[in-house]
Amino acid sequence: MLKSTLSGLTGRPRAFDGVLEQAGRIILGKEHEIRLAIACLLANGHLLIEDLPGMGKTTLAHTLARLLGLQFSRIQFTSDLLPADITGVSVFERERSDFRFLPGPVFAQLVLADEINRATPKTQSALLEAMEEGQVTAEGQTRMLPTPFFVIATQNPAHQIGTFPLPESQLDRFLMRLELGYPDRTAERALLAAGGQRRRVEELTPLLTPDDLPALQQEASTIHAAGPLIDYVQALIEATRQNPAFLHGLSPRAGLALLAAARAWAWLAGRDMVLPDDVQAVLPAVARHRLRSAQGGGYALAEDIAALIRSVAIP
Amino acid sequence: MSTPAHEALDRHATPWLFATALATTAPHFMHQPLWLSAVAGAMLLWAVWQWWKDVRLPGRWLLFLLVVGGSAGILGEFRTLFGRDAGVAMLVMFMNMKLLELKSRRDAMVVVTLGYFLLLTHYLYSQSIPTGIWLLAAMWLVTATLIRLHGGPSSRPRETLRYAGVLCLQAIPFMLVLFLLFPRIPGPLWGLPSDAFTGKTGLSDTMTPGSIAQLVQNGDIAFRVRFDGPLPPRQKLYWRGPVMEQFDGTTWHLYKGRQPTAQLESLSPPIGYETTLEAHNERWLLALDAPVALPAESLLNGTLTAISRNPINERKRFRLSASLDYRLNTSEDPAVLRRNLALPASGNPQTRALAAQWQAGNRPEAVIAKALALFNAEFTYTLQPPLLGQHGIDDFLFRSKRGFCEHYAAAFVTLMRGAGIPARVVGGYQGGEFNPLDQYLVVRQSDAHAWAEVWLAGMGWVRVDPTAAVSPSRIETGIANALAFGEPLPMLIQMRADWIRTLRYRWEAINNAWNQNILGYDPQRQRELLARLGLPDTDWRSLAIALGSACGLLVAGLMGWALYKRPEGDPVVRLWHKALRHLARRKVDCSPWETPLDLARRVREQRPELAEAFQRVVDAYLVARYGNTDQHLKTLRDAIAQLR
Repeated sequence: MLKSTLSGLTGRPRAFDGVLEQAGRIILGKEHEIRLAIACLLANGHLLIEDLPGMGKTTLAHTLARLLGLQFSRIQFTSDLLPADITGVSVFERERSDFRFLPGPVFAQLVLADEINRATPKTQSALLEAMEEGQVTAEGQTRMLPTPFFVIATQNPAHQIGTFPLPESQLDRFLMRLELGYPDRTAERALLAAGGQRRRVEELTPLLTPDDLPALQQEASTIHAAGPLIDYVQALIEATRQNPAFLHGLSPRAGLALLAAARAWAWLAGRDMVLPDDVQAVLPAVARHRLRSAQGGGYALAEDIAALIRSVAIP
Repeated sequence: MSTPAHEALDRHATPWLFATALATTAPHFMHQPLWLSAVAGAMLLWAVWQWWKDVRLPGRWLLFLLVVGGSAGILGEFRTLFGRDAGVAMLVMFMNMKLLELKSRRDAMVVVTLGYFLLLTHYLYSQSIPTGIWLLAAMWLVTATLIRLHGGPSSRPRETLRYAGVLCLQAIPFMLVLFLLFPRIPGPLWGLPSDAFTGKTGLSDTMTPGSIAQLVQNGDIAFRVRFDGPLPPRQKLYWRGPVMEQFDGTTWHLYKGRQPTAQLESLSPPIGYETTLEAHNERWLLALDAPVALPAESLLNGTLTAISRNPINERKRFRLSASLDYRLNTSEDPAVLRRNLALPASGNPQTRALAAQWQAGNRPEAVIAKALALFNAEFTYTLQPPLLGQHGIDDFLFRSKRGFCEHYAAAFVTLMRGAGIPARVVGGYQGGEFNPLDQYLVVRQSDAHAWAEVWLAGMGWVRVDPTAAVSPSRIETGIANALAFGEPLPMLIQMRADWIRTLRYRWEAINNAWNQNILGYDPQRQRELLARLGLPDTDWRSLAIALGSACGLLVAGLMGWALYKRPEGDPVVRLWHKALRHLARRKVDCSPWETPLDLARRVREQRPELAEAFQRVVDAYLVARYGNTDQHLKTLRDAIAQLR
């Protein structure tokens, strides 16, 4: 990290340093992605991790839940999964002559929705409603989900057979989308030498309690974003609307998401103000799944986002 | 800006003061006694040496002795401490002495103030274009010094000079307004001290052999003329100065007594022209023969010389008109005729004998023709005649036979008087050089000339130019063509290559425009300008109002502009751009999309020696620009100041 008086400027307790460090030991060579994932949770947003099977998506989700001390549940999405399998069902109890609601796996602080694109759109939308509303409506009754409530969804790339890609409107519900990608040579070598990492997750001890997190989220959301920085965010959003590389531009909600993510990123760096660097760091994760590339209509290409950054002057 | 006056002087600011002293005193070298320039230069060198070696400055007693010694020297040289020359000498001396006691900022301010004052003194000697350019540059330097002394935007010379340049440029509109509208004082503004008019060249009121030949070696401009119509033929361009009627054997003099009024009868329509006369400290206007209309404050004397009431001691412009063909005093006063027949009681016997021989049985016209034929046959026109003995005219006519116009005029008039024909010598200028670029005829000291006038019954005074008989080309084409190559004429006149001549014409046209429009902007011109602007009949009150409103409008305009520009000028951004320019000079360019932290990282890789200082700038900038405070401007400014 750069030696600058800016980091650590505020003398804030570095609560997340341990989380970053411990997670880095489980998922090797992915510090940037881990940091993004944590920033996403700090900004109170949901996370979509997209990659081929076996790249460590589940391990990452599991590790974060463990380290943040969150109550964790995992839903493996399959093509025959029904909405009730997620939200829960009411069963008749003979003793009480009444229905009792059995909460589904969504009633957890951190829900890992594994391979979300394997399920039918109906089932997907049950989860997405819970993500948006923070509550579940089943059999006419609305039930509040616990706080904090995070969803980390994983997805295999859409070109695989037998999947239902998430529609754009639902992609928008995820604050960030990450790709883990292959580890680099040294990380892979270390991984091979150490054997599978997944069992080591169980050995991790939580570094936070669930009560700590809302306070930290609150703190992160008050990081100062000065006028010139908001100008910059605005310029970037406008540039996506003008840029012929994209079919359409970013929505105002996406702009808010970008700013929130940048704030969390700044907070992680120990600063009390957002810098253009923070915006640039989170922009690909926040914007790519919200844009459509003019070539082929898939997610915006990473190169296009990089070109976008290079086309906007920092005010 | 609140640095106390007694604060010690920044060592790095001192060279600015040396430069100020040098720029403001050095040009006085040209018109000061050598010893004074040497002393002033020695003081400057001494001060520089002390600064270089960081030696203690000389003590109070030594300085006191220097002041007393310097003042005594000036008193000894000029016999006074006042007036132009002595006053300027004092200023130059004390300016350079002040450099020896540069201890505090107050001393430096004295140097700067003296510097501004010394700028003015140069105009007492010269108001030419090069002087103006030099003084503008020197003012820029002095202003930069002033800015540097107050800390300025940065300690780097380039920034300081740029800032001073902007300040000077902003002053230009005010300069123009003040120049155009400030009430003009009629008379010599820059020649106020009484000793300011010495050392002007021009015709004198006496003539000895060699006096005009000496004047001709001076290339200075005597006057410039613009004719209303076309240029008259060269051989008629006789500009009349003093008419010398009295001869003592070697020298010709003006007659100082009363002269009857000239009776002029013009035979051709008058030609109007405007002449701009350089200062020559005499009263004659050098009008074209024969003057028929004169400017105010001048008169025509009995010998047809136009005379101004006061000596011409500054450049002046007049309107005149002349009749090229005329008849003068056909009925002349017998006393005048007697005066113009008189010869010294003795001397030049051969000349007298020749004249007496011619007079016998010949009409005056025939005598004149004989004399001209004599000159034409055997005589040489030269600037370097041999020395003449006691009987100068005899020596010239019968032995050397080489001479310049005054020899011919003097010999001719002597011959005429000897032959009983009233005759006199006329001094003045003949011809001139026409500048096709600005249509002005330039008459130089090298065009100085002497010719003769004889009085013939029924015709009055008739001009006879014996030089024309010796060297017709002197009259028809000018002096440069009349003399053999190698004669000691001014270099400028001798240059006959076309491109040099064109260049000279151009430079003289520019100079003339400067003289006519800038230096010649007098109360009359000011009134004309104001009348054209719709302010006729201005007195000083309406001028003051016009001046006040013009300055007020200018200030309002500048303020409006500054206020309009302000939203763009966030000081934080300006300072950041300054830092970026600094990097760019060190070959690190920043793209507009590159974040400051990325840039700092790149500086660390590319210019590690700059990295630490630049990191401080970046930190200060980010806090000032993106932080939740607006009190970090000073930190940023300090950090940028350390970028060296």
